Amino acid sequence: MSVYSTILRQIINGLQSGSIYALVALGYSMVYGIITLLNFAHGDIIMVGAYIAWLSMARFATNPVFAIIAAILGCTLLGVFIEKAAYKPLRGAPRISILITAIGVSFLLENAAQMVFGASAQVIPSFFNISTIALGSIDISGTAVVTLIVTAVSMILLTLLVQKSKMGKAMRAVSEDMDAAQLMGINLNSTITFTFAIGSALAGIGSVLYCSAYPQATPTMGAMLGLKAFVAAVLGGIGSIPGAMIGGFAIGLAEALVSAAGLSVWKDGVVFAILIVVLLVKPTGFLGRPMQEKV
Amino acid sequence: MNQQTKKLSMPLRYVINTALFAMLLLAGTALVNSGAVSGYYTKVLMLIGINIILTVSLNISTGYLGQLPLGHAGFMAVGAYASAIFMTRVGLDANIAFPIGLLLGGVTAGIFGILIGIPALRLKGDYLAIITLGFGEIIRVVLLNIDSVLGFKLTYGAAGLKSIPKTTTFFNTFLCVGIVCFLIHTMMKSRHGRAILSIRENEIAADACGIHVTYYKVLGFAASAFFAGVAGSLYAGYLGILNPSSFGFMKSIEILVMVVLGGMGSMVGSVLSAVVLTAIPELLRAFSGYRMIVYSLLLIIVMIFKPSGLMGMYDFSMSHMIEKIINHKPGQKKRNAKAGEENG
Repeated sequence: MSVYSTILRQIINGLQSGSIYALVALGYSMVYGIITLLNFAHGDIIMVGAYIAWLSMARFATNPVFAIIAAILGCTLLGVFIEKAAYKPLRGAPRISILITAIGVSFLLENAAQMVFGASAQVIPSFFNISTIALGSIDISGTAVVTLIVTAVSMILLTLLVQKSKMGKAMRAVSEDMDAAQLMGINLNSTITFTFAIGSALAGIGSVLYCSAYPQATPTMGAMLGLKAFVAAVLGGIGSIPGAMIGGFAIGLAEALVSAAGLSVWKDGVVFAILIVVLLVKPTGFLGRPMQEKV
Repeated sequence: MNQQTKKLSMPLRYVINTALFAMLLLAGTALVNSGAVSGYYTKVLMLIGINIILTVSLNISTGYLGQLPLGHAGFMAVGAYASAIFMTRVGLDANIAFPIGLLLGGVTAGIFGILIGIPALRLKGDYLAIITLGFGEIIRVVLLNIDSVLGFKLTYGAAGLKSIPKTTTFFNTFLCVGIVCFLIHTMMKSRHGRAILSIRENEIAADACGIHVTYYKVLGFAASAFFAGVAGSLYAGYLGILNPSSFGFMKSIEILVMVVLGGMGSMVGSVLSAVVLTAIPELLRAFSGYRMIVYSLLLIIVMIFKPSGLMGMYDFSMSHMIEKIINHKPGQKKRNAKAGEENG
């Protein structure tokens, strides 16, 4: 196999994992944009989605389509529930208290999953059998193609939603200035809930795509995935939707290229090194709004 | 009326506090040595001591300096590895090697604190949190993937650094706890400590008053890292084996949780929550499956009902207690309490 095709194959792998990171990063970024909360529980929502998919297919032997819908719906409902139960009572509390609550929720989800499903990995049956596609000299796995298409479609829909719909307008207004938005008659609570719902639904889609690439569910699978997606969100500029997409793909590609160079054990280190360099050169990420300091 | 209230002189305060601490320490050691406290509980107590040092050290940069670093475990790892390598490689007697290793661990972590602090502290708020998280993870990944430094097999990578002399005892752990708390307390009462506090209250105003913000931020950060390194050294001597994966992001979060739950900027709060949060998972061992769930639920509930942490910013002072008692006269309680606050 030539060097050229190895690199091309790794780029496709990178785009595949990058799209999953991007979908998860969008959830981080949207929530941060609206209530400036680093939602550490977001990664664990993916884990719950994976377990729902596993439950419905391996245990109840349902149709894969139903499993996918159940996973996405389950994630959405869980995201909304977490917001209502844990974050809503803390509106107006110091930001660090909300952060610690988010960490608490993350612990809770991981440990609950460990108690219910056990610590060992559960193998998720494949959703669909998609044949590989030959492109010149290299074969592209069908899952990669599906992942890229699904991600592209979700992002287009999300952009339309945020830019064109009334709810999207409300979301943008709240992230611009929460108090002023409220004075303009925007229902703060429903807007925030809606943001959590959208973010969690994207995490659900990410979860399904992740499971089709790496068909395993473990209680801690969300931790590292969430952390990387979070890095992606920061890299692109937290609070910015196109930024999250760019950050996700950048992280995915960087990881794939490091692996291609035979240094896969340094993958995580490289991701964080890129983060540090970007933050030092451009502290708000690629597309973030500049921070303003008020006296 | 202020002339009527008796105040304790500064040397007397130190004598009282030192005597009390020495009594507690010796009583504890006697209990442990006599076997009245079982080996398991001694282990838990030692872990509590190490966690107290970690928590009060993170409290410097979180509570007093007002920053949010998420890479504290990285400094702990640096200190632990530095002292462990020293203790295993240098053939000194354990009694001499231990204090040197402790200092070496602290100093190495402190140097890392300065090196990381200078770039990281240029950022603010969440960005600072993220960049320290990145540095912490890099320290872990590097420790995980290198097993030799300049040709010397030192860190042993993922296999872990084994057979470290188990020099940490109940006595020296809690002696370190006392010294660390004393040093941090006096540092915070000093001119430098007040400069650090002023940065927390309002960075721009502090800068305008002529406080060298960057210098004091790095100073606070390095002090925080130094004490984390000391805790790491104790941890190395406590476990006898070091594995990079025990210094991950979750460890940093665990320490941060202790600080926030205790109340940021309160040393008593830090100490108490380190004790409670270390003891709870151990006490709940009987409910093995549920214990971490109880722990996380507790965290959420405390944050929802008391967002400022258990102790808020309250700090306990033995001397004030004694002053209150010796000045207590019926009907004068309120006035004395007020006087005590003014003197505090």
